[in-house]
Amino acid sequence: MADPADTPQSAPDNRPALALHVPEPKFRPGDTADFSDIDIGEPGAVERPDEAARPDDMKHLAYALVRVLGDDNQAHGPWDPKLDPDTLRKMLGHMAMVRAFDERMFRGQRQGKTSFYMKCTGEEATSVAASMALASDDMVFPSYRQQGILIARGYPLLEMINQIYSNKGDKLKGRQLPIMYSSREHSFFSISGNLATQTPQAVGWAMASAIKGDSRIAATWVGEGSTAEGDFHSACTFATVYNAPVILNVINNQWAISSFSGFAGAERTTFAARALGYGLAGLRVDGNDALACYAAQSWAANRARANQGPTLIEYFTYRAEGHSTSDDPSGYRSAQERDEWPLGDPVTRLKDHLIAIGEWDEDRQAAMDLKCAEEVKATTKEAEKNGILGHGLHHPFHTMFEDVFEKLPWHLEEQAEQATRERIAKFGTERPYG
Amino acid sequence: MSTDTKTDQVAETTPEAQERRINMIEAINEALDIMLARDPDVIVMGEDVGYFGGVFRCTAGLQAKHGKTRVFDTPISECGIIGVAVGMGAYGLRPVPEIQFADYIYPGLDQLISEAARLRYRSATEYIAPLTVRSPFGGGIFGGQTHSQSPESIFTHVSGLKTVIPSTPYDAKGLLIAAIEDNDPVIFFEPKRIYNGPFSGFYDKPVEPWKKHDQSVVPEGYYRIPLGKARKVREGEAVTVLAYGTMVHVAEAVCKAKEIDADILDLRTLMPLDIEAIEASVKKTGRCLIVHEATRTSGFGSELSALVTERCFYHLEAPVERVTGFDTPYPHSLEWAYFPGPVRIGDALDKILKD
Repeated sequence: MADPADTPQSAPDNRPALALHVPEPKFRPGDTADFSDIDIGEPGAVERPDEAARPDDMKHLAYALVRVLGDDNQAHGPWDPKLDPDTLRKMLGHMAMVRAFDERMFRGQRQGKTSFYMKCTGEEATSVAASMALASDDMVFPSYRQQGILIARGYPLLEMINQIYSNKGDKLKGRQLPIMYSSREHSFFSISGNLATQTPQAVGWAMASAIKGDSRIAATWVGEGSTAEGDFHSACTFATVYNAPVILNVINNQWAISSFSGFAGAERTTFAARALGYGLAGLRVDGNDALACYAAQSWAANRARANQGPTLIEYFTYRAEGHSTSDDPSGYRSAQERDEWPLGDPVTRLKDHLIAIGEWDEDRQAAMDLKCAEEVKATTKEAEKNGILGHGLHHPFHTMFEDVFEKLPWHLEEQAEQATRERIAKFGTERPYG
Repeated sequence: MSTDTKTDQVAETTPEAQERRINMIEAINEALDIMLARDPDVIVMGEDVGYFGGVFRCTAGLQAKHGKTRVFDTPISECGIIGVAVGMGAYGLRPVPEIQFADYIYPGLDQLISEAARLRYRSATEYIAPLTVRSPFGGGIFGGQTHSQSPESIFTHVSGLKTVIPSTPYDAKGLLIAAIEDNDPVIFFEPKRIYNGPFSGFYDKPVEPWKKHDQSVVPEGYYRIPLGKARKVREGEAVTVLAYGTMVHVAEAVCKAKEIDADILDLRTLMPLDIEAIEASVKKTGRCLIVHEATRTSGFGSELSALVTERCFYHLEAPVERVTGFDTPYPHSLEWAYFPGPVRIGDALDKILKD
């Protein structure tokens, strides 16, 4: 019997029967992945408009793909940020560290040291290179896959691991799911976990900076799937209405857990094209090309800093690993996709570029990778002295009730006393550790 | 600029000042004006609040006086209004967004519940959300189901939010100043039925203006009323009445008409709640009536009833009673059948006091 969905019912009148379109990704598990239909253009082929360009005069950039690094591993065209070798090596170093960190933390979760982790494999350039194009005191409102920003800004690995382990060294007091970092000192906003809520907040921060005549700008990161949230559209509206000095970075990594980008509208248009209806400047960039990521963010930052307005940037990339430690992508997508991705791997491409310009070699890369792995390993051991999740070395029970309000109200004080009584009844002592 | 010289003074007590009577809209406007002048980080924004001065006129004249970057209109996006306010708070501003009607607040709920309310906690005090969300609420103005709701218990249910509801011009001004200065996010619901005058609940009787009410005497200049302190409206022995907003006046009028010696508490702040005042009153009277306009099930009255029962059970001489709106949407033509008016309150009082 035919699937009823394939055979439109005859309508009760002469009008044609309507049919609902439910998006379907091109490849499912077991399929041969073939991305040859994706037009990735040529490196260096896309013009670089003036940073004060009117959004209407650069509409075509929302459908193009800004690329700098070519297959010859050289930088091409007007978007080449012409970074000096030291900066390029630093960028590569941060990306290598992010990768080493992700590997170790993923394994730590599998070993039962924490409940949850999220890798950003394949997307390192979208956070590391992009944030390097900002000033260190520009405020960032990240989503959950921008650990690269913290590493690029020099946030201590120990703090990150303490947070992931929710241990007694966690300055967020074990309150947040692993990887939901916060560091005011690094102008890094507290990660929510609710999707796209950070986008209007970034716009509000940027508006505040403009109200005060400050010179700092704001940038936010959001996944392509989360652009479907109303918050994102509110953010775009407020950004354009007040010409806010903000950069809206959309990381199009093709997958939102098991939902491909088509469920956020990618079958019809690009995510950069979202900018056009709002009158925002829109750029679409190869997210696996660290130089293009840097160049686009730098263009948008200069634009915002000169009161020329907000920019929406789509980073076209690929989520090479699962959504999180709780996800197994083999259940919904072709395992070949990662290898067939037409824009390669961002770390390899930057490394090959440095080698091609005579500023790096495979031995130095291997030594650097080893050094990163060793540093992460040593820091992990250090963090474990503060405990791992579920092993008692958490913050005292009373901290559960603190910071709900600035001052503890009577009802929370009563509940805190109850929690303490329960602890004493169970363990005979009030404090969990020394 | 005239307020500048007065902003540092506490409440005036001179006879001239005591004679100054204003309504609740003017009191709210004054509070905003004073805070805009005192604190350069205070920002007032919302739909129609700028040039026009707000649909209820609460922000009239503020943009002209304080400038377009301090007082401005926003897109019609409650999610965006609250969302940018959270970001402004993270920057260090003290935003006072207006949601034009409490009924419109729902698109902003995620930003209030998951963001503003949790920010201090989740960032372990690195970031705070010191916003005061002002919003007219409650019915009695033939606003139908989308301009009449009382959603306070949605917010009191959320850990990390404070909920404040004034019932007089004097309180509106002092509580709003305290809310703006507070470092926690505050939901400030303004009972729009009593913006221009207290309401007895006898809707077919002429409306009394605020100027005949002693609580319309409002000092010029800065003063604050601490959040979490209830106001004793009337001292009595027969029964405790717990109310807030419009219902304070309705309950008071009913008790007066029925010559009941009620001990009436205007809660003023639902979170944090003045539990000491409630306990002291109920232990004195042994009887308790709770009155609110919001729907009954899971309304704030449920919480009050539970607290009174838990804490004052052995002092009670009758079951705690709740008088509330019905569990229906706020109907347009049947507004006064829905409203918890004098008949419903009177019946409940009779029941509580019968033995």
